[in-house]
Amino acid sequence: MTAQMRHQTAVCPGCIAAPTEAVETAPTEARLAISLPTIHCQACIAAVERGLNAVPGVHSARVNLTLKRALIEADPGMGARDLIPVCEGLGYEAHELDLAALGATATDRAGRELLVRLAVAGFASMNVMLLSISVWSGASDATRDMFHWISAAITLPAITYAAQPFFKHAWGALRAGRLNMDVPIVLALLLSLITSLWETSLSGEHAYFDAALTLTFFLLAGRYLDHRTRAAARSAAEELTALEVPRAWRLDGQGQEIEVTVTDLAVGDLIRVRPGGRMPVDGVIVEGSSELDRSLLTGETLPVLAEPGAQVSAGEVNLTGPLTLRATAVGQDTSLHRMADLVAIAESGRARYTSLADSAAKLYAPGVHILSLLAFLGWYLFTYDVRVALNIAAAVLIITCPCALGLAVPAVTTAASGRLFRSGFLVKHATALERLAEVDTVVFDKTGTLTAGTPEVVNLADLSEAQLSVALALAEGSSHPLARALTQAARAAGAEPAVLKDLTEVPGYGTEATLAGTRVRLGRAAWVGGDVKGVQTATWLDLGQGTPVAIRFVDALRPGAEEAVTRLQEAGKRVILISGDTTAAVEDLATRLGLRHWVAEALPEHKAERVAALTREGHKVLMVGDGLNDTAALAGAHVSISPASALDAARVASDIVLLGQDLSPIAEACGIAERATRRIRQNFRIATIYNIIAVPLAIAGLATPLIAALAMSSSSITVSLNALRLR
Amino acid sequence: MNVLSYLIPISLILGGVGLIGFIYTVRSDQYDDPEGDARRILNDEWDDHPKP
Repeated sequence: MTAQMRHQTAVCPGCIAAPTEAVETAPTEARLAISLPTIHCQACIAAVERGLNAVPGVHSARVNLTLKRALIEADPGMGARDLIPVCEGLGYEAHELDLAALGATATDRAGRELLVRLAVAGFASMNVMLLSISVWSGASDATRDMFHWISAAITLPAITYAAQPFFKHAWGALRAGRLNMDVPIVLALLLSLITSLWETSLSGEHAYFDAALTLTFFLLAGRYLDHRTRAAARSAAEELTALEVPRAWRLDGQGQEIEVTVTDLAVGDLIRVRPGGRMPVDGVIVEGSSELDRSLLTGETLPVLAEPGAQVSAGEVNLTGPLTLRATAVGQDTSLHRMADLVAIAESGRARYTSLADSAAKLYAPGVHILSLLAFLGWYLFTYDVRVALNIAAAVLIITCPCALGLAVPAVTTAASGRLFRSGFLVKHATALERLAEVDTVVFDKTGTLTAGTPEVVNLADLSEAQLSVALALAEGSSHPLARALTQAARAAGAEPAVLKDLTEVPGYGTEATLAGTRVRLGRAAWVGGDVKGVQTATWLDLGQGTPVAIRFVDALRPGAEEAVTRLQEAGKRVILISGDTTAAVEDLATRLGLRHWVAEALPEHKAERVAALTREGHKVLMVGDGLNDTAALAGAHVSISPASALDAARVASDIVLLGQDLSPIAEACGIAERATRRIRQNFRIATIYNIIAVPLAIAGLATPLIAALAMSSSSITVSLNALRLR
Repeated sequence: MNVLSYLIPISLILGGVGLIGFIYTVRSDQYDDPEGDARRILNDEWDDHPKP
């Protein structure tokens, strides 16, 4: 059974997704995916596959080097947690991927369908072109008729199959009472096929079968390029989501922890959240005390104390001690999901954007139809011959057909997206590049976007050597972000930890120990007895004598933040900082970066409102943010970027995801987007020039199928080459 | 001109074979991992006998 199953999956993994198979296989196999970001050669593939296949319970493992992933089929009980140590033992970094979030199969199928249509169109157009060339070079009488009939026999089924996407889109547009680029395409295809068949049946000289097929081929090539660019970005974005496997630990009746998926949680469940874990649900703390990092939700950098009875929201991060929650809202009802409503409202504004291609189509489609109708009427009134008039109308449609226009946008966006991808940008939305090019105002979020979200010690020099060594020893006893930053800074300064006894961490407060009989403490101001006046992030060191000393922190800047801001300002863009953090912290950062415009203590609605106000003033706003409190603003802005470290909700709401830590490519991306838009307009102009030359010929009745083929191919090739100059 | 009645079908059939071959490669997932497949051929693990 297993061997048979394996054989089938090797041929066609899509079959597993088919419902009849799924019923059969569900109990016998588990499909797992592991992300392996560091594999790079054939030796890695062999090592990982050999290692994974040797694990008992694994049926088959296959590495995909392009996606840097391993797909494993195993016994139902197996989980990625059993296999990740194997990969790590082999020396490869490994992360679990949530297969449910990798919806790549659907997009894959669409891409594959387009590719097959493209192949059919290419095959048919090559054969028909061969026959057409014989006709152009002098075949006559019965031979010409035979060639035309063979061409017709190839063309009709080929177009019926290959041009289906255009038929569907054109029908959709017409039904909605609109005109898009596909309407003139379909009209040209149908009209040229009808007149060509008619001509052929009357032993006529001119048939446009080759033109119809070449047109389909070029247009499908444009569609395929477009699809591939977006599929690549989408699958990379899906991988980011899939890396966050939603898991929670539920306590059963006996107080045992059971690992469950977040979707299985219900209101009233007791859930254990370990230090470093993210709250899976909204709830009330029933046991334990700790500190919470709420920066992704509110933008505050200071951790908040969490004690029994306190409310927590999904998405907050537990810092120091284990907590037990009673769930009060799960799944769609959590505050995390309620934010989605705000996003939906904000997003309606963006839907009004018309892409360059659409606005070109709006001008172009009626123009072409009217021109060809006029040619038909003119020739009909001139000759009273329907056949001649129809022939000329078809020639006009074919010659003006937006072959080059269809390639003008996808060729440029493919080249530009490829270039942006190399500097770490995932362009998720089709028109994001065009919108990015129009930006004149950039709004940054603070925490997690301009700052790395990791604290940095400021006043290490104020501490004496003895104080520093005690502080280091205490800090090493905790995994709190402030303690870790302090450890790192003290180690870097060359301090040695003092020898302490009875080191304990008091979750939510700090660490304490005894040093030569006196109690020493490092932690929150209120607990240690510090002076709480300052708003700056600080931890306090109490040596048991005298007043406690404050160790102050600032949020470290994200690499490239300063450069990004300066270069954006140099490019003449207005840069604004909007944060949910305290006024002092925001003002401090604004002065550090040389920003004149900043807003502090902004609620999520205020951020979105502020972005909307800027838009009403006629500014095109680029929003860069990572938190839940930014999502509405991200969705409402003209175009938005979020770093890969952002919450899933923020990444979904934004058009572009920035991979990697560095922010500096943002300014460069704006430049690339502007150049890409310029190139698109240039391509439109090139296509128009070709039309201006060829259309008078067609209307005058001088256009032969040979001229049509030449004009079409050369304009398409020029446009593609022009796009490639962007690389 | 009789030669055409052989040559045209032959050229169409040969082209058709190529097309069907291409569709087969698309259907059997041969473009899913171009980088990995290019590397796998350098691996000598299954040189002596095929992968069971």
